[in-house]
Amino acid sequence: MDGMTLSEIGSLLVMQGFNGLSFFSVLLLMALGLAIIFGQMGVINMAHGEFLTIGAYTTYLLSVVATDYAPWFMNFYFIAAIFVGFIVAFIVGYLVEWSMIRHLYRRPLDSLLATWGLSLIMQQAFRSTFGPKEVSATLPDWLMGSYAPTDTIDIPLNGLFVMGLTLLLTGAVALLIFRSRWGLHVRATTQNRAMSGAVGIDTAKVDRLTFALGCGIAGVAGAAFTTIGSTGPTSGSLYIVDTFLVVVFGGAQSLLGTIASAFSIAQAQSTLEFFMTGSMAKVLTLLTIIGILMLRPEGLFRMRVRK
Amino acid sequence: MNTKLKALWGGYGTVLVLAAVIFILLPLSLDLFRLNLVGKYLTYAFVAVGLVLCWGYGGILSLGQGVFFGLGGYCMAMFLKLEASDPESTKIQSTPGIPDFMDWNQLTELPGFWLPFKSFLFTLFAVPLVPGILAFIIAVAMFKRRVGGVYFAIMTQAFAAVLSILIIGQQGYTGGVNGITDLKTLHGWDIRTDEAKYLLYYINGALLIGVVLLGRFVIGSKFGKLLLALRDREERVRFSGYDVANFKVFIFCLAAMFSAVGGAMFTLQVGFMSPSFVGIVPSIEMVIFTAVGGRMSLVGAVYGSLLVNYGKSYFSETFPELWLFLMGGLFIAVVMLFPNGLAGLSNQWREWRDRRRPKAGGTVTPLTAPPAGATPPPAGKDPLPPVASVGGGR
Repeated sequence: MDGMTLSEIGSLLVMQGFNGLSFFSVLLLMALGLAIIFGQMGVINMAHGEFLTIGAYTTYLLSVVATDYAPWFMNFYFIAAIFVGFIVAFIVGYLVEWSMIRHLYRRPLDSLLATWGLSLIMQQAFRSTFGPKEVSATLPDWLMGSYAPTDTIDIPLNGLFVMGLTLLLTGAVALLIFRSRWGLHVRATTQNRAMSGAVGIDTAKVDRLTFALGCGIAGVAGAAFTTIGSTGPTSGSLYIVDTFLVVVFGGAQSLLGTIASAFSIAQAQSTLEFFMTGSMAKVLTLLTIIGILMLRPEGLFRMRVRK
Repeated sequence: MNTKLKALWGGYGTVLVLAAVIFILLPLSLDLFRLNLVGKYLTYAFVAVGLVLCWGYGGILSLGQGVFFGLGGYCMAMFLKLEASDPESTKIQSTPGIPDFMDWNQLTELPGFWLPFKSFLFTLFAVPLVPGILAFIIAVAMFKRRVGGVYFAIMTQAFAAVLSILIIGQQGYTGGVNGITDLKTLHGWDIRTDEAKYLLYYINGALLIGVVLLGRFVIGSKFGKLLLALRDREERVRFSGYDVANFKVFIFCLAAMFSAVGGAMFTLQVGFMSPSFVGIVPSIEMVIFTAVGGRMSLVGAVYGSLLVNYGKSYFSETFPELWLFLMGGLFIAVVMLFPNGLAGLSNQWREWRDRRRPKAGGTVTPLTAPPAGATPPPAGKDPLPPVASVGGGR
């Protein structure tokens, strides 16, 4: 590292750290919805990535509407998109649970295959509607540009925005799960379904809402993703394996575990990417996770659950 | 169907019919191009048959069978590639005698792990053993720690992701995203001629029938009964004094080796191997071959592979828009409506017919279908925990 001044190394570290953090927010945003669905309900939703894409396309549509018909809306449409993305994904998720998932609760492997089929259908539906090309939403001005405290440090605003949104959403989910009545029901159902039913919790309703909420969160994540990348029919499915590993690695029932594992995976991968090619960094990270999971199958944080 | 015919059907009849279809019907009715295509589909059937054993009977859903298929195929492709790149035919390269893609990637000598693949004998052993050993390591690590069900499925999927990223990333050593191409001869025997294609098709068919018969033997043995038992009530089998993990390890390795043989035959018949048969998407597609054919039927899995692949090439040629809808619908329909696939249709129809008959004094309907996913749960939410063993290690 000769030929570099101390401040250059310092800003390199800051940038590297920021890259890791923004990858962390991406992983966490994706994993949050899944942590609720897979962690709390034990349902494998292979179509999770497509719910994300729903949110992203909703944002794109709103941005088209804003640029073409309502220029005054341009500055605020993104805020609206987050809510609309949530609602659309929530409704689709609700319908999917009602028509498909609820019949498969006792057959987790089959729900995996069925949701994979659903993801294929959704991908083709996106392709037929929006075309195979990737589209990107026109961002409002306040999301463009970057924050540069010194000459060598350059932090993009959209990255900061995604981080902020992640923080907010994580907080909201934590509040919902640990402080609301619905969260209480969800946790009770997770820990002991039979007893929850016996004390009068409508577990079927809890399941449906939980699934829909997880999908809705994926929709919000999709809206956030449009600020950092373009959207294509298959962009959601690219991350699905990583996301599942995040949730499994963290310990399926633990929200804190999901956060910790998203953080460590993101930091590990972005640090490794500094030393080797991106693909090797990914291989090494995945293999490390698999290795750790082989030694400690219950993940980082475990919680006792009566199945 | 009269009883005599049924007895034959339940014996080796189905295998005989399958052999007749593969050896007589298809070669007579198709031209060489189509036959070669069918030969390719039949190599996927090796994977499907393996999945019947480990998923249908063992209850272990692997979403990483492409890894084993690919490894078997790559082992064979490495041997063929070395033979195709002798110093004479590669003399225009800056380093003659190494495969062309290595030369393009500025490699100047053959990597160490390629060296043993100069020997055909070694390759023949490596085709089943390399994937077999990998499967053994994965299975021991997982099953000994009682990881199963969806967790195992996710982990195998991660393996499929890792291997395909690795192959694509290490272009100089593996041929990258194009795979290993331009394979010409096997021990001086040109595999691209018409006679060679016919012969390879028949070898492939014979191996497949052999694999199906081996599968039948496994299912019919005491081990097969235990396999079913541990699929449905793993704890009970464990408490009866059996080491459940060993059975699971064995059946998973067997399925992996079946897939590997299929991969090697794929390379020989199609003439190349690429990472597009290794990753997550092909691996999960292989599961649908089994599911369509019937997860409890070895012969059904072969027909399933033929049917789905034929449908895939037909629809992606004529209605490319429709194919993914159909494929997705197939996944959902098979899981939700026909859990036993084609092979289970007649049983399912009989059950449906019996149920429609007026109840005659509360007769108990016989349990014909396996409980792990076959009979849909009763409507509404059942408060009981899942029957299938899900993620033991928690």
